[in-house]
Amino acid sequence: MLAERISRREFLKSSGALVVTFSLGSPLAGAAAKKEPLGKSVATDQVDGFIAIDARGGVTLYSGKVDLGTGVRTALAQIAAEELSVPFEKVAVVEGDTALTPDQGITWGSLTIQAGGMQIRQACATAREALLARGAQKLGVQQSQVYAKDGRVVVLGSERGVGFGELVGGKHFELKVNDKAPLKNPASYTVVGKPVPRVDIPDKVFGRFTYVHDFKLKGMLHARVVRPAALKASLLAFDDSAAKRIPGYVATVRKQSFLAAVARTEWGAIRAAEAIQARWSDWQGLPEKSQLWDYVRRTKVNKREELQKAGDTAQAMQSGARRLAASYDFAVHTHGSMGPSCAVADYKDGKLTVWTASQATHLLRKQLANMLGMKPEDVRCIYLEGSGCYGRNGHEDAAADAALIARELGRPVRVQWSRAEEHGWDPKGPPTLIDMRAALDAAGNVVAWESEAFIPDRYKPWGVTLVAAEHAGLPKDDSFPGNIHQSLAIPYAFPNVLASVRWLAETPFKPSWIRTPGRMQNTYANECFLDECAAAAGVDPLEYRRRYLKDARGLELLERLAKLAQWQPRKARPQASGDVVRGRGVSYIKYELVRTYVGVVADVAVDRRTGRITVERFYVAHDCGQIINPDGLKNQIEGNVVQTVSRTLIEDLQWNRSMVTSLDWKSYPILTFPDVPEVVIDLIDRPNERPWGAGEPTAAVVPSAISNAVYDALGVRLRSVPFTPEKVLAALKSA
Amino acid sequence: MATTLTLDVNGKSHSLRVDDPQMPLLYALRNDLDLHGPRFGCGLAQCGACTVHVDGEAVRSCSFPVAKAAGKKVVTLEGLGTPHKPHPLQRAFIEEQAVQCGYCINGMIMQAAALLRKNKRPSEAEIRKALEHNLCRCGTHVRILRAVRRAAEMMA
Repeated sequence: MLAERISRREFLKSSGALVVTFSLGSPLAGAAAKKEPLGKSVATDQVDGFIAIDARGGVTLYSGKVDLGTGVRTALAQIAAEELSVPFEKVAVVEGDTALTPDQGITWGSLTIQAGGMQIRQACATAREALLARGAQKLGVQQSQVYAKDGRVVVLGSERGVGFGELVGGKHFELKVNDKAPLKNPASYTVVGKPVPRVDIPDKVFGRFTYVHDFKLKGMLHARVVRPAALKASLLAFDDSAAKRIPGYVATVRKQSFLAAVARTEWGAIRAAEAIQARWSDWQGLPEKSQLWDYVRRTKVNKREELQKAGDTAQAMQSGARRLAASYDFAVHTHGSMGPSCAVADYKDGKLTVWTASQATHLLRKQLANMLGMKPEDVRCIYLEGSGCYGRNGHEDAAADAALIARELGRPVRVQWSRAEEHGWDPKGPPTLIDMRAALDAAGNVVAWESEAFIPDRYKPWGVTLVAAEHAGLPKDDSFPGNIHQSLAIPYAFPNVLASVRWLAETPFKPSWIRTPGRMQNTYANECFLDECAAAAGVDPLEYRRRYLKDARGLELLERLAKLAQWQPRKARPQASGDVVRGRGVSYIKYELVRTYVGVVADVAVDRRTGRITVERFYVAHDCGQIINPDGLKNQIEGNVVQTVSRTLIEDLQWNRSMVTSLDWKSYPILTFPDVPEVVIDLIDRPNERPWGAGEPTAAVVPSAISNAVYDALGVRLRSVPFTPEKVLAALKSA
Repeated sequence: MATTLTLDVNGKSHSLRVDDPQMPLLYALRNDLDLHGPRFGCGLAQCGACTVHVDGEAVRSCSFPVAKAAGKKVVTLEGLGTPHKPHPLQRAFIEEQAVQCGYCINGMIMQAAALLRKNKRPSEAEIRKALEHNLCRCGTHVRILRAVRRAAEMMA
């Protein structure tokens, strides 16, 4: 219920601050800077935390989840518009501002719609109920006589009504989110489920969008960090006399091993940083790349954990007629954002404000406060979209660099990372090794299934150590690699199963989550190995999956996939001859066993002479429950496929004993246009189910589908990502 | 040492004082002229995010000295078209929703515009070839290809 007496407190009570708001009013309107009130609730259990309605009925949605280039800004606005019953154009969105938006957790794990969106939906449903009550009172009728439509409370069977703006305009709701507030019937939806065009795209194609890289403050200086020659080298000495002669040079900032050049102009900062002569200690603590998997296998195990257990695999392994074993490994990957990380920081009167593309502004605020010995209340982080990041890349580190320098100088500072910094200093997807074992009975049924993943331990969640804190010797957090054990457990009903993890004490590079962290690697091992079992049993791999799946929704998805791809049962052995051979592979996941279902078929062509794999086509059947925006969803699925084809075929971080040596796009190539596959999608919409995430699940099944397709073509198994031509040729040679 | 240059950008003449004539054009466009179209991606002419047209040719502005642009016609994404008078590619990218994070999109549109100027009816393979050195990390490629094909049809 909306309070009888709406608070008299002025909504606009403080001086306000510059905030970028997405006005959805016109497809071309885009981002407009406007004054936003401070002092609003940011509580996740308050309606005011999420929404405000002004006197003209304009709605502002305050979202703690941010749009990392995935289109969720539009989707979240659709959810809010729908549940409030206001026109989509009336909703503006403010994202990831610690002073204005609730802490809805990190924008990760395909949870923005599923978790964040549902918080917003419930807040809006609560608000709608309150508006109905208030409106009925104002209109002098029973609440059962009114309904909400187009931002008005309207009396049933008449045109008589009152606008939301008049009912609440500019005042707080002062209302707790009611978890039981009734939600609209999906059958009545007019905004959710529709391919509403994304609100940011026009500005992005006309060069009018403000990325964090474009943000400027008056009197802002530019800084460039001088990075150590080795990952953990210390700064011994430096000479900045040449830097001082660069036009525009302002200062050199040094704090222990943190070293940066500051100038009036960006180019001046780049040149000054290059002109600084620094001497670093020798550090050669990285393992030899050629010995990586031995290193991983030898790494100290902090603990072992059983994730899934059924029956007794040890005993069943002995009873099986046939035993299979294989090891799968997955290379170290960098996020490879197209735009190197960037941030702007302003330190004034003991308060720090940081404009950042961080996927976790509330967490970053705590980390920056910890690093600088400040109170979190004195730090404000404001989200501005950056280049797509697919996980925790360098955005937070650039923010820490800028914060540290801004505090040292007491002037607003912009830090723009170089390409080499982005490739060299973003945290990495850790190397992953998974051992698989199975036993089949005489009829080819799996009687025992064991998986064992070697992955870095999860120390204190959820932060990733800030580079600046490390180098400057300031307080820092442990690094958390993400929930990388997920999806090692399998959806198949085998009688004896043991999925376990060896949590390793260390990993060569500071780990963090990169799209589909762990779930991609684990699913790759599971779904490739299941294919090996199917081949050993002489059963079509799609049929083999159906045999062990007890989940009606999963089975329906596989049915749709088979139809979409016109799947024909595969022969036990490849029949094709010739230099270029084609094959197709299947893969399936129920994400983390609790949400989004995806099945894919990959069509590949492999050149026996060169070992080169071309992925020609991906068929995707996708069920994430209620679809909010089908076109946005397809965009994400396509991106998942293309990006993961790149990771599977090409990407492999290089290093020497001291440092990452993949420091540009030549030394860390990614997929380019000539090799982009066709993507054919079948969306299964379930409007009456809850919506689940789609930012990651499709990526999970891509590597295994490709490996299985190569087996179908050539009869050889690829068990080491990336599947480079050299590895294909080696597999052919040893076949 | 500091010099004054005259740059013709999007049909307007700008007098610019630069500390270093070797400074890449990108920094003049972004920082001195406040343009948001061209983007810094690598500084190595590897990714294409910074692409602009100089005398009609697609150029990597991160590796093109500002002094070399003096006396030439520079066109950025902002000058290619506007919301009220969009270039067919800009229309097509909106219609196809061919953007994810959008950081690379400046380069995609500028490179494709240079292609369509020379080749009115490019084949699928020719479009892919022309964009081969423009990188996208989000995996928007399939939509970008559709958008370029659509723009080519509009212009035919």
